Amino acid sequence: MKRRDYLKNLGLSSLGLAVLSPDVQAADALDFHSPPKTASGELKIPGGRTKDEAERDARLRAEVFLNAHELKTITILSDIIFPADATSGSASQAGTTEFIEFIVKDKPELKTPVRGGLGWLDAESKKRFGKVFTDITAKQRIEIVDDIAYPEKAKPELSQGVSFFNLMRNLTATGFFTSKIGIEYLGYQGNKPNEWEGVPADVLKQYGLSYDA
Amino acid sequence: MINDSINIKAQTEVFDVVIVGSGAGGGMAAYTLSRAGVKVCVLEAGQNFDPADPKNITQLKWPYESPRRGASTTRPFGDFDAAYGGWDIDGQPYTRKSGTTFDWFRSQMVGGRTNHWGRISLRFGPDDFKRASIDGLGDDWPIGYDDMKPYYDRVEKLIGVFGTNEGLRNDPDGQFLPPPKPRLHELMIMKANKKIGIPTYPSRMAMLTQKINDERGKCFYCGQCGRACMAYADFSSSSVLIKPALATGNTTLITHAMAREVVTDPTTGLATGVSYVNTLNLQEYTVKGKVVVLAASAGETARLLLNSKSSRFSHGLANSSGVVGKYLNDSTGASRSGIIPALFDRKRYNEDGVGGMHIYTPWWLDNKKLDFPRGYHIEYGGGMGMPGYGFGWGIEGMNGKAEFSKNGKAKAAGGYGSSLKEDYARYYGASIGMSGRGEPVVREDNYCEIDPNTVDKYGIPVLRFHYKWSDYEIKQAKHMQDTFEEIIHAMGGIPNGKKPGPETNYGLAEPGKIIHEVGTARMGNDPKTSVLNSNCQAHDVKNLFVADAAPFVSQGDKNATLTILALSLRTSEYILDQRKKGNI
Repeated sequence: MKRRDYLKNLGLSSLGLAVLSPDVQAADALDFHSPPKTASGELKIPGGRTKDEAERDARLRAEVFLNAHELKTITILSDIIFPADATSGSASQAGTTEFIEFIVKDKPELKTPVRGGLGWLDAESKKRFGKVFTDITAKQRIEIVDDIAYPEKAKPELSQGVSFFNLMRNLTATGFFTSKIGIEYLGYQGNKPNEWEGVPADVLKQYGLSYDA
Repeated sequence: MINDSINIKAQTEVFDVVIVGSGAGGGMAAYTLSRAGVKVCVLEAGQNFDPADPKNITQLKWPYESPRRGASTTRPFGDFDAAYGGWDIDGQPYTRKSGTTFDWFRSQMVGGRTNHWGRISLRFGPDDFKRASIDGLGDDWPIGYDDMKPYYDRVEKLIGVFGTNEGLRNDPDGQFLPPPKPRLHELMIMKANKKIGIPTYPSRMAMLTQKINDERGKCFYCGQCGRACMAYADFSSSSVLIKPALATGNTTLITHAMAREVVTDPTTGLATGVSYVNTLNLQEYTVKGKVVVLAASAGETARLLLNSKSSRFSHGLANSSGVVGKYLNDSTGASRSGIIPALFDRKRYNEDGVGGMHIYTPWWLDNKKLDFPRGYHIEYGGGMGMPGYGFGWGIEGMNGKAEFSKNGKAKAAGGYGSSLKEDYARYYGASIGMSGRGEPVVREDNYCEIDPNTVDKYGIPVLRFHYKWSDYEIKQAKHMQDTFEEIIHAMGGIPNGKKPGPETNYGLAEPGKIIHEVGTARMGNDPKTSVLNSNCQAHDVKNLFVADAAPFVSQGDKNATLTILALSLRTSEYILDQRKKGNI
């Protein structure tokens, strides 16, 4: 499906951020495949990349691994992990679906744990509610998630689900906190030219430290 | 002049000096010789690299500008790191012998590994040149600190190193720019260390905290020196040495030139040039020179010498001693990290600072009172850095602990939702890390040699490594781990993970992982036990010199680069002197 077919799903959250449905996120992640080309059709080498690296990145982008259903499931899970709230946009708004779509191809050792984990989740969902995870209600989804999101409390028979959710939490966190939205939420202040003049005076005072000691 | 392909098979020009490699040693030789009016040709295996060229710049990029968020899939230190190469280079293998391990890091680009290095610039002290006289292990250098001091002084002024003069005997004073102030966690480390008797001083690193000339800018504190600086405010051979060497008009730089061997005259036994493979068209060329300087890295230099076999030099060039490749050694390394709860929910501000630590601990104990013979220094990390791939990984092992929670009550580990999101923000900037970097005891049976069965994609026989740590290094790593825990506890912190024990050699890094390999063509006064004389001139071939870390007789508990630079400057001036006297 084309992205424009989903434009009607666009809405605005209280933060003024575009709220995209999981389907749109999944479609966007799949759209991501065509690598940048120059006018003459040659591969464009982005600044800071070597030719070999740009070629590898282009190959990875062109590869399709996760399918639309899997990406939709990932989007739903990521937004359960980091929903939009008063402090930031959601994981998928931050681009975690696109990130996960790419990173499993870049790190092939993630392919089976992610695909297999999604398969485990759908099987568990069908066992409990007769439908795959994307087709059950939000309340039913949380019922399953609650059983696999707390490693120390989870039932031993759900251990594979726990491992999968740990992986999803880790991938979502890395994707979120390395995004514009996540960095803003975290409050990282750097990556810009400045003059380092030492720890601010109020912080020194807070910790009972000084430069004279 | 920069060439990436040469259209004629054999260059007719005879250069005064042919230098193999453009890193710290090769860059310094090219800089010194070309400024003295000598016609120099530099061969570099990799591509051109200028940290200010937008094609190369990764500095100030955000993690989301990388589809893998800076993960280390294509570059070992991540997408933004300024090293083209790594421990594994496609088509350029190396092998290992007898089940031993050595990991060999190569950066193939103008400036070599100086583009991404940590810029930690520590002089070797008087003891570091004379360890055998102190503990009877290994060998003394044929030169001492007094021989090197004037060169250290000049190198520090040339490249710009910040630090402080502390009057420490084996960590000598230098020509320092003012150091940056410690960050918050660094002040906390200093306070804790004071309590437990571990000294901490401002670090000594090659970034310009003040402007030193019109060619280079001043540090703007982005903390990204590993990406190479577009303002040339940190030292890289590419920007600080090769660029001015090219500007003299006396330097010809040939990139994509993988050296195969040093060519010699069968009658005189003198070096006449270097043959190389152009990596773009796979054609073979020879560049002629009156003098040859090898500065391709300790590993590549040994490989070149050993591959330069002829009827006259049947064991490889400059190898009548059989010592080439032997006495290879890398710094020891072990690390530990911890969480400092006092830093939870800390106020946000920009503390990027320079790229790396503002403080460090030089070796502070007396080995005569310990069960291992050589020391180590401690490097410190931490702070509110820019997130990258891996950020937040493993929070389920943290957020279930009572001491991590806001109200002192344990919550269920793992989880999801807004309260999970808050946990990441709470822990951000509360971690510290420590790495020990120590001196191993040099051994003849740690070596590299030519693998009889394997060639690289250019048809050049490859290196085979044989390397084992001894009890000396393992005991030193144990001491590092004890020290790290003591520091973390003195800060009121919680060490991460299980304390590394004997099952992992106390976390001692595999050889080669610290990327300080030295010693494969060592200096010495006796041609039977060394490759080079005290001027880094081959005993066997008077117009052949080595200007990288291969001449090192021992490692010191210091990082190698400042000494490579000082030694290369000294060697280059010796070459000028010998040329003037008509000896070479």
